[in-house]
Amino acid sequence: MSDHQENVAAIETHHAHRDDVGAKMGMWLFLFTEILLFGGLFLAYAVYRFKYSDQFHIAAMEMNTFIGAINTIILLTSSLTMAMSIAALQRGKKMFSIWMLSSTLAFALIFLINKYFEWSVKFGHGIYPGSKDLVNKPNGQILFFGLYFVMTGLHALHVIVGMGVLGFMLVFIIRNKVTPDNYIKLENSGLYWHLVDLIWIFLFPLFYLIQ
Amino acid sequence: MNGETKHQISYGTYVLIWLSLLAFTSLTVMVAGVNLGRYTLFVGLLIAAIKSSLVINIFMHIKFDEPIFKVFLSLSGVTLLIVFLLTFLDYLYR
Repeated sequence: MSDHQENVAAIETHHAHRDDVGAKMGMWLFLFTEILLFGGLFLAYAVYRFKYSDQFHIAAMEMNTFIGAINTIILLTSSLTMAMSIAALQRGKKMFSIWMLSSTLAFALIFLINKYFEWSVKFGHGIYPGSKDLVNKPNGQILFFGLYFVMTGLHALHVIVGMGVLGFMLVFIIRNKVTPDNYIKLENSGLYWHLVDLIWIFLFPLFYLIQ
Repeated sequence: MNGETKHQISYGTYVLIWLSLLAFTSLTVMVAGVNLGRYTLFVGLLIAAIKSSLVINIFMHIKFDEPIFKVFLSLSGVTLLIVFLLTFLDYLYR
């Protein structure tokens, strides 16, 4: 009987109005607004790095390249598990898809924990927005740390939002709301997740690799 | 439109892309340790651009999607480029 029900459901969803290309187009349009949002910050970074290049180098001595590299690897791996989760669902492997999506969430959490420790060390050194130590530094260094906190902070906010979205997707897959026949929601969430990874790919060399 | 005509990418391809991304990450960290002077930034951004093209084309399926998405993406890229160019023209020659 469940077979019959599924068939009926399949026919119904097929007849229901659905436009996967349109849904994806909407997602891409949203991603462009994100690119422009971060683009503006990258623009500010570019101008100030050009103007205060020596100060940026001195300020960047404070950066922990190791933790930055570890977080890069974590995000890249989370992108892999995200892509694998979609691929698994396309092939009808629900359990594997759930496992991969859960790993993505786990990697996201590890990324944020690393971020927490990284920022804690900065705060411990008296470097946080508006701190006495920071305000007494030359302008270029204040700008470097300002951009660092705003850009990696906004990025971390995107990771948190992404975790929320992926959490919903996990529930949807478990409850068969997202299925091998209808997984555009998961695909669009994946696009968002890859964008978050993409932004980090640029943040990493710009903040952690200036020696 | 959807379903059977959708291009499926094999798990192996994804793993291969992930391995190349990790390789490029190690490369960019190693290159940063070498003193290249003014080229440090250029090399770092070049490697970041290569990594992004892997993520965009394979993980985000742009390579296999409808051409309209490529057009969209290039448009946003060009927009960003124009903003950067105009800002630097203003900044350098004001």
